[in-house]
Amino acid sequence: MTELRYIEDAVTLQLDAGRCTGCGMCVTVCPRGVFALGGGRATLADRGACIECGACALNCEAGAIGVEPGVGCAAAIIHGWLTGGEASCDC
Amino acid sequence: MGDETSSKRQGGGRLPSVHSCCGSASPDDSCCAPKSDTSCGTPKSGGSCCGTVPSPCTDYSYSRADFVTGMLSTPAGPVPQVSRDLTGADRRGAWRVRWGLGRDGYRVRPGLYALGMPDALAPVLVTANYKLTFDQLRASVPGRDAWLLVVDTHGINVWCAAGKGTFCADEVARVVHESRLAEIVEHRRLILPQLAAPGVAAHRVKEACGFRATFGPVRAADLPEFLAAGMKADAAMRRVTFTLGERAVLTPVELATAWDRRALLAYGGIIAAAALDRDGVSIGRAVRRGAPVIGAAWLALLAGGAVTPLALPWLPGRAFALKGAVVGGVAATAATAVLGRRLSLAARLALLAGVPAVSSYAAMNFTGSSPITSPSGVELEMRRALPLQAAGAAVAAGAWLADRLGRRAT
Repeated sequence: MTELRYIEDAVTLQLDAGRCTGCGMCVTVCPRGVFALGGGRATLADRGACIECGACALNCEAGAIGVEPGVGCAAAIIHGWLTGGEASCDC
Repeated sequence: MGDETSSKRQGGGRLPSVHSCCGSASPDDSCCAPKSDTSCGTPKSGGSCCGTVPSPCTDYSYSRADFVTGMLSTPAGPVPQVSRDLTGADRRGAWRVRWGLGRDGYRVRPGLYALGMPDALAPVLVTANYKLTFDQLRASVPGRDAWLLVVDTHGINVWCAAGKGTFCADEVARVVHESRLAEIVEHRRLILPQLAAPGVAAHRVKEACGFRATFGPVRAADLPEFLAAGMKADAAMRRVTFTLGERAVLTPVELATAWDRRALLAYGGIIAAAALDRDGVSIGRAVRRGAPVIGAAWLALLAGGAVTPLALPWLPGRAFALKGAVVGGVAATAATAVLGRRLSLAARLALLAGVPAVSSYAAMNFTGSSPITSPSGVELEMRRALPLQAAGAAVAAGAWLADRLGRRAT
């Protein structure tokens, strides 16, 4: 079975290679194999697999990663639309 | 660890400064800062990044801890020793919460626990206080002595709690301090589940309590190998998977929506609409006309909430809504074929429009249980799918009402 893929063109992940210190934390925390280390810097090996969980950005001390972290959950997004607040779910 | 549902990160972040509730530059901005005024680490109400607080401290009630087998004496006082064997009661509890029953109260008291006979050099495994998560962890390292540090995630699993911001560096530091861990172990290392990373900034843990945070594998089952390899996880241990088995355990909670409050209200509405007519209310009519509608809704829920998740990799497209619509379409076509001439033309139309619409919606809701969906992608598919789902439901409702009018005329 091939790995499950999702809609890829909406992903908000950005990597600022200039700020990267090559610590590799993003490679460690990403549960989707989005990052790889090459030449002492992080690279985006599979940007389309990103689920925008925000683990990489939070754990990047250099602030080289930007992403709009959110809830990949329809019920939460509807809740956010209805209340005008942030997407939030009850799980 | 092991069977978390999808990530629920909140708060916006853009280059270059990433705002996050727990790793924010200003400690005052952090909604998860150690709470001196509360005893259980409930985030400040109205905090923008932790969402709504599930329950106030006073509502905390922990069931009697059957898994505690004794007390281990340590330099910081007695620490409860827990069993690594899961009992029938643990398995029944897991089964119950898998069906969505009593999940809110399925909690373990936060704090330090001893697994086996850990000494000052034993590893410290950090986890959430959802009992399903805690049970998996204590059963996952047979033969190894370890400390289990349970943080207060309000009974939410690791990944969702990290996304909500309740599983964060300051909460980890709070429990480290409260349990006086520094007096119990000689080393200064914590092993965190990798899926805590959306909420826990490792460098913040070090700042806040002096312990170095190491992210362990995604799944608790990989812990023995991780520990044996000198705390090294290979690439496979760092990836979330979504196997048939992992999808299967998540389907009961989708099916359980068939008897949640909103569903019961909808059944009431359908029965009432079916019973009422110009000549008054008839119970027989309510059953005759209402039951098939509820049956069709269950068929749609089964298609979108169970069959679609199980068949996910083999269904066309990327959007869950599309996958659900396809399964719903097949189910509706099969149902019309089986029922044949017993269905009026309008009833057939109602089935063919309504079942794919509801199935599509149910499948779309499964995005929240999957570890492969991005919020941007979910929003994109929702903007496309919701109008179509609403149109399908409207056609179905219209056809059902028209069917009644048609029958009255004949």
